[in-house]
Amino acid sequence: MNSTERSTAPSTLRPEDLLRPTPRGLYSPAGDFFIDPTRPVPRALVTHGHSDHARAGHGAVLATRQTLDIMAIRYGEDFAGQTQAISYGETVEVSGVKVTFFPAGHILGSAQIRVEKDGCRIVASGDYKPGSDPTCTPFEPVACDVFISEATFGLPVFRHPDPMEETAKLTSSLALFPERTHIVGAYALGKAQRVIALLRAAGHDRPILLHGAMERLTAYYESQGIALGPVKPARDAQPSELPGAVVIAPPGSLAEVWSRRFADPVTAFASGWMRIRARARQHGVELPLVVSDHADWDDLQHAILATGCAELWVTHGQEDALVHWAGQAGLAARPLHLVGYGEEEAESGAAPATPPAAEDGAGGSPEGSLKGSAS
Amino acid sequence: MNRFAALIDRLAYEPRRNGKIRLIADYFRHVPDPDRGFALAALTGALSFRNAKPGLIRQLIAERTDPVLFALSYDYVGDLSETVALMWPALPKPEEAGLPTPSPSLAAVVDTLTHMGRSEMHAVLAGLLDRLDETGRWALLKLITGSLRIGVSARLAKTAVAALGTLAPDDIELVWPGLSPPYAELFAWAEGRGERPETSDPTPFRPVMLAHPLEEADRDNLVPQEFRAEWKWDGIRIQAVRAHTVDGHPATRLYSRTGEDITGAFPDLADALAFEGAVDGELLILREGRVQSFNVLQQRLNRKVVSAKLIAEFPAHIRAYDLLVDGTEDVREEPFDARRARLEALIAAQPADGRLDLSPLVPFSTWEELTAARADPAGHGAGPDAEAVEGVMLKRADSPYVPGRPKGPWWKWKRDPHNVDAVLMYAQRGHGKRSSFYSDYTFGVWTGENAGEGELVPVGKAYFGFTDAELAEIDRFVRRHTVNRFGPVREVVHTATEGLVLEVAFEGLARSARHRSGVAMRFPRIARLRWDKPPGEADRLATLEALLRQEGEGAGEGAGEGAGEGAGEGAGEGAGEGAGDGDGGAAPPASRRAARRDRDAT
Repeated sequence: MNSTERSTAPSTLRPEDLLRPTPRGLYSPAGDFFIDPTRPVPRALVTHGHSDHARAGHGAVLATRQTLDIMAIRYGEDFAGQTQAISYGETVEVSGVKVTFFPAGHILGSAQIRVEKDGCRIVASGDYKPGSDPTCTPFEPVACDVFISEATFGLPVFRHPDPMEETAKLTSSLALFPERTHIVGAYALGKAQRVIALLRAAGHDRPILLHGAMERLTAYYESQGIALGPVKPARDAQPSELPGAVVIAPPGSLAEVWSRRFADPVTAFASGWMRIRARARQHGVELPLVVSDHADWDDLQHAILATGCAELWVTHGQEDALVHWAGQAGLAARPLHLVGYGEEEAESGAAPATPPAAEDGAGGSPEGSLKGSAS
Repeated sequence: MNRFAALIDRLAYEPRRNGKIRLIADYFRHVPDPDRGFALAALTGALSFRNAKPGLIRQLIAERTDPVLFALSYDYVGDLSETVALMWPALPKPEEAGLPTPSPSLAAVVDTLTHMGRSEMHAVLAGLLDRLDETGRWALLKLITGSLRIGVSARLAKTAVAALGTLAPDDIELVWPGLSPPYAELFAWAEGRGERPETSDPTPFRPVMLAHPLEEADRDNLVPQEFRAEWKWDGIRIQAVRAHTVDGHPATRLYSRTGEDITGAFPDLADALAFEGAVDGELLILREGRVQSFNVLQQRLNRKVVSAKLIAEFPAHIRAYDLLVDGTEDVREEPFDARRARLEALIAAQPADGRLDLSPLVPFSTWEELTAARADPAGHGAGPDAEAVEGVMLKRADSPYVPGRPKGPWWKWKRDPHNVDAVLMYAQRGHGKRSSFYSDYTFGVWTGENAGEGELVPVGKAYFGFTDAELAEIDRFVRRHTVNRFGPVREVVHTATEGLVLEVAFEGLARSARHRSGVAMRFPRIARLRWDKPPGEADRLATLEALLRQEGEGAGEGAGEGAGEGAGEGAGEGAGEGAGDGDGGAAPPASRRAARRDRDAT
């Protein structure tokens, strides 16, 4: 198909000259920019607003409008020296490398980034998920020669169930325990808003109470036209409102003093990790909800094959299994062993969510700038 | 089966003890015999299926999945049953062939697993797995592997039975050894519909009484005069029961602290006993009247064949410290002092050169005196046996003998452990609750003249002692400082300037041919993380070798094999979900772990 057609064209550029892993993240020698760098760099392309991908202190940032807005909400308006917004489907040239953003379906504003030069096309997909999600633009496969995929749930034990069935677990628990507050642990950016949207789709119409960490982000989602129904800060709730109420809070706060204000709460956790019982138990979760914003094992395979790529690079997660599968599927595949991804994200649950302000990169010097000419 | 699956699924997520009891009791109330009885058997670990074993599960999944993907998944999930339940390929929806097959009852499943022959089991089990959903598959596989690992101890399940009526959990414990699934008579009794079940076994096991470790703060609140002290022997807890059967013949049974019948392993000891009653004591090896170290005892344990040579070389002995039955009279309700007097009389009537003697009391009137005795057993009455003393036991003079580990009447006060600063070298992912965390640590010390010189050689492996917060910190360190990967094992950076120093506490050392360092630690655990300490300042092998000489080299060659690696299970009640109960390759053989658990029982 498309990729074989392209690969017969004279390509003088090796993929490694277009994009390669470095300790600071994926780097393009041809275009002199990084994708989702983990340390401050002169020029960064950012796939989405989660803190392990979007850090403060870069000289210049190219990202979708929504990702830039989210970074400003989390890090302050001066999170980078310069910013440039790009739309889905739009192409920008950076030092002779053509850069195009496509929807990734992970969270609001999330993008896959295709870089292209001399007929060599690489797609860095960031975090992504196929399937429906009312809170963001759906993922679309992008033809390429090299596809760079995450592998957060890259094991055959991860097959995410229908999110509406998982939401039904929560609504039936609310019916069973109408006197108990249900605290749902959910990552503040993306998952929280998706859980609210799922609850609305399931017919839950009471005001949903929010932990302080997700108020501004939820308001931003609303401002972008995503209807989430009535929400209010949990701290403003009267005691009479708590029985049977849903509270959305960052996973890290479930075990903290914060959650003790709710008498005899049911603790739920919305995450793909909840597939593994030991994970749920590690968090003292009583009601695990397998709702994920990452591709599951089957999704990964379909998404990779749909790009028509000849080569697969695997970034973070269960890279060994995905590389093994890709080899059997006839793809050249290798792990990139990038560090720093998936660890800050509270969905991994190992550590409480790091407040963005505490990032040591926040004060990095914005010395670089977008040198390339925008087209 | 569905209700049982739903029960253990909910139990797996219920963190609160009372919540678990309520869930189990609720299940017992609403599920009829015999299903609830088999559920109780599953929760108490009383089920075992000769022809359905974990090996068969592995075979079934191997026929259906890629071996590499299975291995990676199993390593990640850390639980065979759950891995297979999640990976089991779903059948395409069957054509509407009449009515849907109902889920089989738990009793039917247990019956099938118990009676199906080896040749049929393969197809039968696959058929069952095809019919069940993920939770059902998980529950079925849990039944077969035998370790539910859902944070429910046998004691908790029995407490739930007691909660059906007005019985106390100890009432259940006392009749439990004579019962077998599906426990209809027990439920009838608990619900006030039937008589107390009687055992017809003349030599039943009686649940043992266990002690809590004594902390400094506890001791300050104790009055010395209210307690008696004994040496804590470094052997294996044993219960010896002798009685006459209905036809008048004497019968002898020896039990481990968990109630396992170990008579067959110690025929010499069983034949030599002559009393009538039930004695609680320590199994030891005596040579020329002297107690040998645990390393020597270990060479007698877990042998398939008990040869005459083995018996002659390792003569088994009981050092008694309590009496549960005197003649035919159950004396467990009597206070410690009264039982002790009976025990002394019973032992006095035994032949002096027999295999049964009395564990002496350690006289003291202040904590200072006992501290001194504990620090120097040889000078305080233990004499040449001092090497086999690992501390002192404190028992309230007025305490009755109650099953389990009640807090207050009995305390164990071990000698201070040894500490060493070692450098983290390798980490492996844990199992069960710790799956996905790097929680098994191999650590080493320096071979050179001075610390930081020469190379690091592994001296032990530990997977507990740290808090959950520390576990998360070490896990993060491991992930960020990996220099090499060997399957599930990661090698982390360990140079004189870079790496993580662990303060490791341990009980003793033995020579080991298996470790390159030549030494193996007993009962090692992580005492502290020394982020402040550069690896170059960690301890040297020479320090351990000096300690080994000081410890007397009591062990024979090879005795220390694996001794450093099996320790995780000692804590008993509620600890069944700890790190030590993994079913992975890193764990030592179950028999050795069991020996270690028994050893640490008092």
